[in-house]
Amino acid sequence: MRDVAIIGVGCTEFGELWDKSFREIFVEAGISAIEDANVQGGELDALYIGNMSGGRFIEQEHLGALIADYAGLAGLHIPSTRVEAACASGGLALRQGIIAVASGYHDIVVAGGAEKMTDVDVETTTDALAAAADREWEGVMGATFPGLYAMIAKLHMHKYGTTQEQLASVAVKNHHNGTMNPKAQFQNEISIETVLNSVMVADPLHVFDCSPITDGASAVVIAPADIAKKYTDTPVYVKASAQASGTLSLHDRPDITTIDATTAAAKRAYKMARVTPDDIGFAEVHDCFTIAEICAIEDLGFVKKGEGGKATVEGLTALGGKIPINPSGGLKACGHPVGATGVKQAVEITMQLRGDAGKRQIDGAAIGLTHNVGGSGGTAVVHIFGRER
Amino acid sequence: MSVPRFWRRLKNLYNLIGTHCEKCKGYFYPPRNMCPKCRRTGKIIPHKFHGVGEVLTYTIIHSATRDFEKQTPYILAIIKLDEGPRLTSQVICDHNDIHIGMRVISVFRRLGEESEKGMIYYGTKFVPQPPAKTR
Repeated sequence: MRDVAIIGVGCTEFGELWDKSFREIFVEAGISAIEDANVQGGELDALYIGNMSGGRFIEQEHLGALIADYAGLAGLHIPSTRVEAACASGGLALRQGIIAVASGYHDIVVAGGAEKMTDVDVETTTDALAAAADREWEGVMGATFPGLYAMIAKLHMHKYGTTQEQLASVAVKNHHNGTMNPKAQFQNEISIETVLNSVMVADPLHVFDCSPITDGASAVVIAPADIAKKYTDTPVYVKASAQASGTLSLHDRPDITTIDATTAAAKRAYKMARVTPDDIGFAEVHDCFTIAEICAIEDLGFVKKGEGGKATVEGLTALGGKIPINPSGGLKACGHPVGATGVKQAVEITMQLRGDAGKRQIDGAAIGLTHNVGGSGGTAVVHIFGRER
Repeated sequence: MSVPRFWRRLKNLYNLIGTHCEKCKGYFYPPRNMCPKCRRTGKIIPHKFHGVGEVLTYTIIHSATRDFEKQTPYILAIIKLDEGPRLTSQVICDHNDIHIGMRVISVFRRLGEESEKGMIYYGTKFVPQPPAKTR
């Protein structure tokens, strides 16, 4: 296996992009990544595209071909593959790209993700997202996505004394980070009261505990580490790429408050990168709901099980804290175009490690981690990146 | 969910029929046709559950998908059956009474409907045990 590096990144604005189509946003992100990497279209060996539900959101499948075509690469017959793992589709597309380069099968690869979620009404979106859970045994009983995470939250509160204020503090922190990210869907501060006084979606989760419905695309260019410096002075090295499966249904999870696919993927990633959770300087984690970030920082080993809420209130995960979490604003404030999210996390880590993150720049961090979850935990993808090889 | 998909699961949804592995003695609901512990060496047979268990966790859904919008707010819960397996279902009781650890028993109820002219789905929900006030 070869070492792999990210040599270019690109990202569209995240938000309700009414005037742009799926193909336009993907091409926009892809082109900015390719320009950032200083590569020519003809140098590309393959494309991997993370997308959860083109079929439901834009009534379009065969997205690999669509993207290759509209990126002007159909004439070059560059292979293009769509990858799906619900909300972890982006992380998985990135991993497929990394595997392709690490194996020696391809040299220069674009891994991207995109989702266009606002072309349908909100009930259709809710139903499409519910398909990330078990349709036959959860969805049919009236389970929604917020409902599943609400049940995790309810048990977490019962077992560990986590409070609604602690949940809300995750959203407050991520909105604060979002104010410094010009690509973020929400760039406004909120307070604990904003969250607690907002509409209840699934008790105990209010609408401000939930990530929004978002359009957006992101892309990275991947190359063998040995030639990365040919393209950029600041390559970011992939120190680990790990993926794990868990039960599709939440009810079958051994511990409802632990996403054991996260624990398993993290363990593999730490081993591969030869690091411990203490070595991680900052992370982009999957905060599709506030409780999800609390579980994530626990399951990734940053804090003890049950102490995620307390740690957030105490500022451990804030930008100036011991381990800043979601400097981009996370899914909550930056937005969550499901197929794009896992790639956007890697874009943020790359910008931070290069020192390009502007007002939200974390000083001195040398190692960053991304954590992308599909469904309520059926898939988890963890990547570790470093400034040094 | 399409009519054939629902129809295929009627016996499981109406009567809480899951499966049992005669080799490892594991019980599965929802049913599995391969034992997750013994995998290919397991011996799976159908098993009817008693429908008694307790609430492991729950939520009150205020914003639902189209098929369930008329029922909001409703209680969704993960229930641990006394035989061991867990399932997702609704609990019908006063919203102030629902709590983790509540003992519940299965009942046959309407699950949802597609639209005014669409399919009406029936299946298993749960009520407090012994049955107190039900709606």
